Formats: sequence, structure tokens, C-alpha cells
Amino acid sequence: MSDKKKEISPKTYKFDTLSLHAGYQPHKNAGSRQVPIYQTTSYLFDDVDHAAALFNLERGGHIYSRISNPTVGVLEERVASLEGGTAALATSSGMSAIFLTVMTLCEAGDHLVVSSQLYGGTVNLFRLTLPKFGITCTFVKPRDTEGFKKAIKKNTKGIFGELVGNPGNELMNMPDVAKIAHDAGIPLIVDATYQTPYLCKPFEHGADIVIHSLTKWMAGHGSSMAGILVEGGNFDWMQNDKFPTMTTPYEGYHGLSFAEEFGPTAFTMKARAEGMRDFGPCLSPQNAWNVLQGIETLSVRMKKHCSNAEEMVKYLLAHESVAWVSHPSVPDHPDHELAKKLLPNGRGSMIAFGIKGGKDAGVAFINNVKLASHLANVGDTRTLVIHPASGTHSQMDEATLKFAGLSHDMIRLSVGIEDIDDIKNDFEVGFRAARKPRLVSNQ
Amino acid sequence: MKFKVNGEDVYASTGGRPFDKNKPLIIFVHGSGLTHMTWVLQTRYFAFHGYSVLALDMPGHGLSGGKSLKSIEDMAEWIGKVIDSVGYKEASLVGHSQGCLVTIECTSRYPDKIKTLSLMGGAGAIPMNPELLSLAENNDPKAVDLMMDWAHGPAGHFGGHPVPGLYHINTGTMLAKSRTIQNTLGVDFRACDNYKNGFEAAKKIKCPTLSILATDDKMCPVKEGKKLAALIDGSQVDIIDNCGHMMLLEEADRVLKVLKKFITSNYPPKI
Repeated sequence: MSDKKKEISPKTYKFDTLSLHAGYQPHKNAGSRQVPIYQTTSYLFDDVDHAAALFNLERGGHIYSRISNPTVGVLEERVASLEGGTAALATSSGMSAIFLTVMTLCEAGDHLVVSSQLYGGTVNLFRLTLPKFGITCTFVKPRDTEGFKKAIKKNTKGIFGELVGNPGNELMNMPDVAKIAHDAGIPLIVDATYQTPYLCKPFEHGADIVIHSLTKWMAGHGSSMAGILVEGGNFDWMQNDKFPTMTTPYEGYHGLSFAEEFGPTAFTMKARAEGMRDFGPCLSPQNAWNVLQGIETLSVRMKKHCSNAEEMVKYLLAHESVAWVSHPSVPDHPDHELAKKLLPNGRGSMIAFGIKGGKDAGVAFINNVKLASHLANVGDTRTLVIHPASGTHSQMDEATLKFAGLSHDMIRLSVGIEDIDDIKNDFEVGFRAARKPRLVSNQ
Repeated sequence: MKFKVNGEDVYASTGGRPFDKNKPLIIFVHGSGLTHMTWVLQTRYFAFHGYSVLALDMPGHGLSGGKSLKSIEDMAEWIGKVIDSVGYKEASLVGHSQGCLVTIECTSRYPDKIKTLSLMGGAGAIPMNPELLSLAENNDPKAVDLMMDWAHGPAGHFGGHPVPGLYHINTGTMLAKSRTIQNTLGVDFRACDNYKNGFEAAKKIKCPTLSILATDDKMCPVKEGKKLAALIDGSQVDIIDNCGHMMLLEEADRVLKVLKKFITSNYPPKI
């Protein structure tokens, strides 16, 4: 028998357990094993003193479901726990999470450095809408790490990017970009929708705020819109004078300084107290509950998404109708090694590929697949396809499309968890149809 | 606010209200390796209800300057100087964990200065697990992970933070890692382990005293808290079910309710 002393180790719950349990205690909810849906707008105060204390952030609790709701709160804690974050704030969509993050961080006259390869809606927010609020942006290609550094100005308040860009699958070197941000005394904000915390925990690689469209893989079922911002708790808002609304007395709460009072949760507290109060993009409790059902099976689904994606990559690489395939699992993908480091549990289920025959072939392919759904979403359990240049990114002009790395032959594929043979068979139908116009034009 | 003690900057949260020397003073003393932020769900209430509040960052912790003090006795002396430095002759003390050792020692040394004593997760002695102590002194982040595991009860491990959206364990982890672990947690754990005077100090305490204990507290178990309370004349004890060592956050409302009743009845506010 060995006399080696057993090393002590923490017994805190791990990822799969947190996916099912974090944020909820049945004994505080009438013993209900399932998270209850608190379908209410407002909450009784014990007395006037209790009401005043809640409004004044003296005590925790709920006032009005635009600000917080118990069902939504379970979702917020669950995602914070899975990400390794200190706090989270759920919103009505991923876009509202981005907007709320920017409005919590920036004032009119501020500037952001932004990766150029983003979801089209996000590009429009940064390029067209935020300037209306006096917030300007400089776009930098995701692989141009030095470009992020060069684009930082005196009034820059943060760097924003998607870890794996939509739709071209270019990776931003998160650890290096985080260092650039931190050297400049500003936070790195990462939209990690494509990864979910199962594939990557951005806080471990230097991110300070993580954003998800929960509508996608986190929920998985494609039934409910939801977004969330998560705070890492490591960013020191008081290190410089760039963030006065975080560090100086705030008139809206009797001179409260969020950074001094709430430290590692200051950003979320401000986003809720100010952002939800004044902008109000709250998540409905029903949708929060729907998303929670998806998160319960997150790791199981993500494994299947990733294994199916890798099968589809092999299939597409070998296919005569395919001009090129972009996925971080492909050995000659420029970010293959970086992806191995940042995405150890799988490279994700988004594939971009070029179809031979260009735009016409792409349209024919999309119009003829039957199992794969043609729609403007990703991360559903079902396989989804879209032609970005005529769909998600159609509001971009030619120059912007090119800068964002989009070509007219590109098909964006979100691989579902159906039987892999059925997905391939469906694609064969699409490819056959795509070849027909070219055969006609060649005659 | 910031002020000086022994020539070093001291940071203390005033609970979101300007510090007002005309109001009775409550001083909150945090536990090992932590900061003033652990008290946010108690301090703001008292600050808005007739008290002046100082939730301290101990030297070398949080936003305070200087180096961490190496003994509980030094920390107790330092609290006495804090009261002098802000121009008060008396104060009410509230301590958590290591903060209980500090406030017990301080109250025994300055019986005329301390008007009430509230102890949360307190004991007469806090001997440290040798491996945990070694990890902290060697700057190993595992020390924080272990402390967060042992310090939290069901609410901490599953969640259910009283402030919507906050997650207990990760927030505590970030607080404990906000300064170099060996310089805060390592020094604090050693000070706790070395301190042997808790039970003797408790016997000297004559002011109204409250002990809030929690059934799932692995750091300072209920039986240890009761043993301490039994040595203090007229000490009140409140035990919270299904809660861990971080009761001031895990069951913040319950703690505030008990604390409010105890302090306002023994050391009235000035409204």
C-alpha cells in the first residue's frame, strides 16, 4: 500500500455539471427540479425601506423584469460559471449585447478598434450606426495583429473582434491582441458565439468581456432570440483615466463609483443599472428558459457538431464541385496551429467553401438542397446554409465585401447534428444542380 | 475614500455616501486575502441609514498601500489607529473570518473605543491546513481555488447570488487574485495560523457581541463559533442553515437583517 499522501484539490463543479445546475437551487424555489419561468413584470417590496434599498443597490434582488428576472438570472449565472466569468447580463439578442457593451464602455467622441471579419449586422452597427452616437471605429483584418496596435488612438476605449470571423473563418490571435489592448490600458471584447465556452474560454486567453448570441449553439434549437455579455473580472478600470463613468461618482446612483464598489463585477453592474434601465433590451423569461434547455446538453451537442464538421470538411475537400474550403481543422488553413491552441476541444462547426461556377452555382446549390435549411442563422442543431454575398452580408458594397474577406462563390455552412450520410447525400443533390448551369453555358 | 495610517494610504469604501463625522461609525474588516468588496451588500445599507461606514482594504490589500501586516495583533493595533485617523473616539466593528480574529483582539485591547462587535464566520482560532498555507505562501493559484471551494456553501457552488447575474466563486476568485497571492493570502493565512490569543481576548470583551454562523461553514465550523461565543458575556448567536463561510454574500439579506437589528438597537444611527 502506498504511503504517498493524496494531494488536495478543489471540488468545485466542472463544466458538464455546471451546464445542468449552475445558478439554481431547487430548495429556494418550492423544490421545483426544473427552473421555474417567472413570467412577471415586477416584484413585491416588503416595505418602503426595502424598495429604497433595492433601487439604491444596497441589497440584491429584483424590481422590474426589464432590469432583472429570476429565470433570466439563472441563465446569467449559468453562462458566467461556464465561461469562468464573474458576472453576466442577458439581453434580448446578441446584437443588443454588443450594443449594450459598447454603450457601457464608450461616450460620444470615443473610438474602437474592430476586427473586419464579423457578422454583417455587427459590421453595420460599427460602421454606420455607432457613428450616429459619436463613436467611431477603425477596422483591422483579423490576422493583422500589428494592425490592431497601429489603429489604437488616444480616445480608443477597446478592441472588439470575433475569435473566428464570420463568415471566412479567419482567426484573431486573441492572446496577442489581448496583450496589445492591455498594454494600451483598454479591454479586449470577444464575440465567442461560434465557440461557446465548450470550445474556448476567452478569459483564459486574455479577453476581458465575452459576448454570445445565445440564439446559436448555446441554445441550439433555433427557437429563441437571446444574447449575453459576460465579464472576466480581471480588467482594472482604475489603472488610467480612460473610463470616468466606471471610476468617478455616477449621478444616476447617488454618486456611486462602479469600479470602487463592485470591482470584478463593475462592468456588468453598470451595464445593468444604466444600460438596462435606459435602453431596456431585456430577455424574456420564456426565452431564457428555452436557452437553459439547450445549455443542459451543450457539451454533448458540441462534440457532435464538431465531429460532423470535420467529416464535412473531408467530404468537401475531396469534392469536384468545390473550389476551396476554409475551416481551422484543415492543415493548410493559415490559422490551423493557432486554432489547435485556442480551440482544443474542436474547431467549431462553421465551414466556408467556394463552389465552382461562382455566384450562379452558389444560388443553384442553395435552391436545391432539401435537408439543409437556407436561412439567416447559424448554430442550429439542423444543418444550415446561406450565400453570404446575397444574404447576411448583402448590405455591404463590393469594397467592404472584399475587405471582409467575402467572395461571390462563398457558401457558409453551419453543420448540424443530423446523420452525416444524410447531410452528404443532400449536398450531392445541391452540387448536381450547381453543375447544370455551367454545363449549359459550356455548350 | 483614502486616508493615511502609519504614513501609508488606506482605502475604505464609505458605502456610496460621503463620510460624515457626525454619524456613528461602523468599520468592516474583511477576511484573508480579500477586500472591502465582500461587504457591498451590507455597507451601502448602513451608509444610507444614519451611519458612517468604512469597509477597509487592509494594508497591502485591494486599493490600500503598504505591505500586509504579519500578525493579528498588528492588525488589531492598526484598526485602533484607523479610528483615531478618521477623527473618531469610538466605533462599531464588524469582522468576517480573519477579520473576526482582528476585531476580537482589537475590542479586547480597546474596550472603550469599541461599542459593538459583530462576528461572521468567526472562531477563537483559525489553524490553517498546512498544504493550503504552503500553497498560498508559494504564490500558487490553487490556494485561491481551494479557499473558494471550502469557503462556499451550496449557494456558492450552485449559484443563486442575491445580486442578479453575479457568480459567487468566480467573483471571490478574482478578489483573492487582485494582488499577489503570497503577499496577501499567504501572509494572512500565516497570521491566522500563528494567532493563539483569541479565546483569552474573547473573555475580556464586554460590549454587545453578535456571532453569525453558518451550518455549511467548513472554514470556521459552527461548533468553533459557538465555543468562542460562549466565552463572551451576553453574546448573541444566529445560525444560518444551508450556507457556507461566505454568508455575507451567500445569505446577504439574512445577514443584513440580523446585523441591522443588532447594531441599530445597541449603537443607534443618527438620521
